[in-house]
Amino acid sequence: MKQALPILAVLAVLLAAIAVANPFFLEPAGFLAFLKRAAPLVILAAGQYFVIVSGEFDLSVGSLVTAEVVIAARLIDGDESATWPVLALLLVIGLFVGLVNGVVTTKLRVPSFIVTLGMLLVLSGAVFLWTGGAPRGALSESFRTFGRGGIGPLPWSVLILLAVGAAVIVLMRADFGKTLIATGDNERAAALSGVRVDRARIVAFMLSGLAAAVAAILLGGFAGVSAQAGQGLEFSAITAVVLGGVVLGGGRGSVPAAMAGAFTLEALFTLLNLYGISGALEFTVQGVIIIAAVAAGAIRLPRKFTPRRGDAHAAS
Amino acid sequence: MQRHKAAAAAFAALVLAGCTTDKPAATTQPAAPAASAQESGTEAQDSGTGAQSKFFVQADFDAQLAMRSQTPEGPADKPWEQAIAPKMIDTATYKKEGPYHLCFSNAAVNNPWRQVGWKTMQAEVGLHKEIGKFTALDAEGKDDKQISDIAELQVKGCDALIVSPNTTATLTPAVTAACGEVPVIVFDRGVETDCPVTFIKPIGGYAFGADAAEFLVEKVPAGGKVLALRILPGVDVLETRWSAAKVVFDRSGLQVVGVEFTDGDAAKTKSIVSDYIQRHGKIDGVWMDSGATAVAAIEAFEDAGVPVPPINGEDQQDFLQKWKDSNLTAVAPTYPTYQWRTPIIAALKILKGEEVPETWNLPQPKVTSENLSTYLKPNMPPLHYALCGCEDLPGFPEAWGGKKG
Repeated sequence: MKQALPILAVLAVLLAAIAVANPFFLEPAGFLAFLKRAAPLVILAAGQYFVIVSGEFDLSVGSLVTAEVVIAARLIDGDESATWPVLALLLVIGLFVGLVNGVVTTKLRVPSFIVTLGMLLVLSGAVFLWTGGAPRGALSESFRTFGRGGIGPLPWSVLILLAVGAAVIVLMRADFGKTLIATGDNERAAALSGVRVDRARIVAFMLSGLAAAVAAILLGGFAGVSAQAGQGLEFSAITAVVLGGVVLGGGRGSVPAAMAGAFTLEALFTLLNLYGISGALEFTVQGVIIIAAVAAGAIRLPRKFTPRRGDAHAAS
Repeated sequence: MQRHKAAAAAFAALVLAGCTTDKPAATTQPAAPAASAQESGTEAQDSGTGAQSKFFVQADFDAQLAMRSQTPEGPADKPWEQAIAPKMIDTATYKKEGPYHLCFSNAAVNNPWRQVGWKTMQAEVGLHKEIGKFTALDAEGKDDKQISDIAELQVKGCDALIVSPNTTATLTPAVTAACGEVPVIVFDRGVETDCPVTFIKPIGGYAFGADAAEFLVEKVPAGGKVLALRILPGVDVLETRWSAAKVVFDRSGLQVVGVEFTDGDAAKTKSIVSDYIQRHGKIDGVWMDSGATAVAAIEAFEDAGVPVPPINGEDQQDFLQKWKDSNLTAVAPTYPTYQWRTPIIAALKILKGEEVPETWNLPQPKVTSENLSTYLKPNMPPLHYALCGCEDLPGFPEAWGGKKG
């Protein structure tokens, strides 16, 4: 948890700044609305964390989200009874896309940057071909409930976010988490000490795909069918993860910090919007954060091997 | 260390935000007279709408607004054949025998509006037996591809070339070059030359923006807070819409509390509108430069548990359906997709030596609560455009993604 402290401090400052600009933010409804809006990105960031900490990238999540929303609308087509089968199918598609990314990366030894960039193009091209540029069909009301509705004042998306958050923290504390970090930290050492490196990475990609599916369900529910639902989300997710102090290249960083990074990014966007600065600057901010974080990581890497912090993951 | 730098970047962005905020925040103060004391220079005269767009041309604005009340010539049940105040030109020099080979250089088919239009055009081609061959190239939204497409089509033996330019200035030389070879018909966006035989367009963006803004001025009580949502800045066809709305709002007693860019993204639109509802407690009207995200804006009000204020959308199916279901106070100015039929009709007229208007101004109806039921077609996909003029074409509604019934 202590790895998350710096980003939590930044987050607190941003939240305070939002509250100053918009006092409604301090009321439960205002804050819940913020959590609800942040939920898809936070979940994506959690998925992306698994991949990044294992030393890879997943650039395909944005177009996977778009594909999932478009597929859901086409298959449900306003029919309430189709909701649950389609929800299950979306999760399976997410896992499957992650499986393909993972297998191609690990077994065929294609760099994940290329694999997932290719997957991004394949998915966006396929969506365009299938829809002809204009999504068809409609989401059912019960599908949209997850992104729009809630139990009383508590939005479903916040509850789902809490569940996902708890699950990933448990997962990272379990053996899987330790092997994943070991894989990202030093692949050969991990393999020599008995970690099934490929399997850990494939599972990481599948979790990222699953997170994209959940994010798609929430986003589609929140805003409805759109061929741009997931646009740019892969970069937002990666930015969020590095903002949380997770090192690109793997091996270092915690999942609560990555999720806090997503909250911070969303808070930053909210703040920019509150002050009337919009659109293009969001990309600029993300670009600056990614470059700064990677540059900072490169600067400190040599010092990282001082004995002071040779903690658990290096030993496992 | 690295985390600190990331934090520093975030702070830098914050500081940046802080620096540039003062102006936009200031313009959200109450309307012109009250605010002028603490504001300086050009911003003093407006009602929160900011500076006028550099794309604004007063003469075009006046001409378009005047055209709205003129009665178009031509068959009333076929608006795609109608023209407002046409100045007919002789085309006898282009007359030749059929069958004809028509060619079309299309800017893109990358959005629902162009999808609907493109299907409509193909169906129109199917109506005419005298068209022996129809060659279309899709520039995929790239100027350079369209320039080479136009060059390629010139050597394919086209009898007439239809161009829907991707951008105005960049495509002008390519169109000028083609004019020397074949009769050229330009539609949708224009080019900066009058060498095409005819230029086909609906009335235009000023009329669209003004239609929506005038509706809000009429329906929102004086002093009401209006939120303006735009897709993105710097695109001529969208700038004209906003600049016309700005003129209308500046003359009115309405207070424009924000002008936001949505990137055409539904989630972003919904978030922006939710923020404004939170910040101002109440938004009394929403102006949009395009209807694609209108439903998301409406849902923001629904989810906040407040009544949906007067709003404008466009003739997209999802918006019209929502309008009817929720009985909204709404209007839908249009940029009709039936204009995709006209170039084919124009090309055949030219090749048969019949007169065509030099600038073919098509009527640009708006959907109002009175005529909503005539435009709302059941079983069409959510992003279909109602003014496609395609109901009588073969293959309707399936080819447009609709269902029979």
